[in-house]
Amino acid sequence: MVETFQNLYLGFTVALSPPILFYAFVGCVVGTLVGVLPGVGPLAGISLLLPATFGLDATRAIVMLAGIYYGAMYGGSTTSILMRIPGEAASVMTCIDGYAMARKGRAGAALAIAAVGSYIAGTVSVVGLMFLAPPLAAFALKFGPPEYFALLLLGLLVLAYMSGGSMLKSLAMSALGLLLGMIGIDQMTGYFRFAYGLGELGDGIGVVPVAVGLFGLAEILATAGQATHPIVVKPRLRELLPSRQEWRESAMPIGRGTVLGFLIGIVPGSAHIISSFVSYAIERRLSRHPEEFGHGAVAGVAGPESANNSATSGAFVPMLALGVPSGPIPAVMLAAMMVHGVSPGPMLITQQPQLFWGFIASMYVGNVVLLILNLPLVGLFVNLLRIPYPVLYPIIIVFCVLGVYAVNGSVVDVWIMVAMGLLGYVLRKVGFETAPIVLGVVLAPLIEMSLRQSLAMSDGQYSIFASRPIAATLLGVGLVLLILSLRPLVSRTADWRARLALAAKGEES
Amino acid sequence: MLTTDRVAGGGLTLFALVVLWESRKYPLGSLHNPGPGYMPVLLASLLLLFGLLVLATGGRSEPFSTLRWDEGRHAAAILGTCAFAAVALERLGYRLTVLLALAVLIGIVERRRPLVAVAVSAGVAFGSFYLFNTLLRVLLPLGPFGW
Repeated sequence: MVETFQNLYLGFTVALSPPILFYAFVGCVVGTLVGVLPGVGPLAGISLLLPATFGLDATRAIVMLAGIYYGAMYGGSTTSILMRIPGEAASVMTCIDGYAMARKGRAGAALAIAAVGSYIAGTVSVVGLMFLAPPLAAFALKFGPPEYFALLLLGLLVLAYMSGGSMLKSLAMSALGLLLGMIGIDQMTGYFRFAYGLGELGDGIGVVPVAVGLFGLAEILATAGQATHPIVVKPRLRELLPSRQEWRESAMPIGRGTVLGFLIGIVPGSAHIISSFVSYAIERRLSRHPEEFGHGAVAGVAGPESANNSATSGAFVPMLALGVPSGPIPAVMLAAMMVHGVSPGPMLITQQPQLFWGFIASMYVGNVVLLILNLPLVGLFVNLLRIPYPVLYPIIIVFCVLGVYAVNGSVVDVWIMVAMGLLGYVLRKVGFETAPIVLGVVLAPLIEMSLRQSLAMSDGQYSIFASRPIAATLLGVGLVLLILSLRPLVSRTADWRARLALAAKGEES
Repeated sequence: MLTTDRVAGGGLTLFALVVLWESRKYPLGSLHNPGPGYMPVLLASLLLLFGLLVLATGGRSEPFSTLRWDEGRHAAAILGTCAFAAVALERLGYRLTVLLALAVLIGIVERRRPLVAVAVSAGVAFGSFYLFNTLLRVLLPLGPFGW
């Protein structure tokens, strides 16, 4: 405990130094702008802005990218409340009661509750991250290739299980992502696979063009032709203070959302999206006035907003401690850290304590910056939404092309983005989740390497996975999930994932 | 009946078969000592299995004919512009490529006034180049005339 606080002190000496503070501030502002823009969520935002950090050292770059991540999560709530357009997927639930509050003239109060809830959730969940990541990293030092193989496989299975809708479809998307991740040089034999003479594919398909294509470009392809022009509710600054009754109604949902979001965030999956859906469902069930939900219930804003921000920090636990991304956004963050020469995993905390603890402390600072920024500057962010979408989306496309090209200076990446954009657009049309593809692309080389290293260790015996307790346990959990997911195929009843997908569809329409 | 899941399942199955065919070029190794072709074949086989299962169980999903493609023309124009950007970026340079791509999207696809299209295109092309290339030192391609 004392050691943790000493380390945190070290972190604050890093995070409060003027340059780091400046980059945390810039990250938060840019992230909020990204979150406000429809079509550019945190995933595409981080990918696009990665090249802008190339000139920075690792600590500044990572602090700025993390600022973009949680800034985007904050910013997503603004468009949800004022326009009924989720800036990113996790804000879908905030749209319902947030916009209803705005129409009743309580837009300012809804924004304030969302901001304060996000601040509390963000800060408390960083405490959880601070205490959980170091012991988890110490435990992970016992991991060898068989344990990593089992963990990575379990990660993909949990992501497929936790994604709303059919697990069969999610597993198919995971397999597709893993297959795309096979492109490039085989690390053990040097064979060039599926490259068709393109030297640029030697290092494989990059996660940035895949993520920007599937999430940024595909979203624009699906929405650019729509004729509807939403109305923006502009709040007045003096309306920002919620009433005593509204504070009382939001206190418990913020607390529940914080705990729930952090726990869901640790588990692989589209954590921040799922956490907001689950929080909304819980608040509606616990409410004395469930009939108010959908018509401006304060708890319907406070709970989901706290949960999705708490999940943001929760998702960093497995990424920092184990080096294993739990979803597409941590996967892009992982890739970004590697670009800057940082390898997240058990050794990070001991070998680069300044970076790790500086990052943790910068998250506390970032949450304060966002709270200060979001409320007074809401009018400024809203003005961005007044740019007509037919002018705004071409500019977003330019940033997609720029961001993707600049990572490797290669037009092949731009082509990959175009192909992924088309794929993402078609998959959305036919109701497939695309998040498992991104994670598959990142995990494919790691899974293949750990499998082959495990077999080399055991002289080709697969029993190595059963004879090592950690690997066997992880694979056992994966098997249970697989069996559970087969239930709907046999029983014809909708399980929780199908109900979640139906609820999401209903709420969005 | 042709449903969305059946079309998607068919597409995945076809893709898996193509990958299996292409994987024949790489040594498979053995179960105990996998070669470079082992993992692609394993994953393509899994995708084939999932694709067939989606195909087989997809009868209850929406009919494919009910899917609306209203935004299809817009989507095609955007993809075409992105493809142009990929072709032109290193030939015409960043600024000229962005200028032309934005002018087409805003002026022709979105039918905004020419003055707006030109002003926004030029502002974004030169402004973003200055921000990223000059200030943030992200290398962006120059055109034949040095800009």
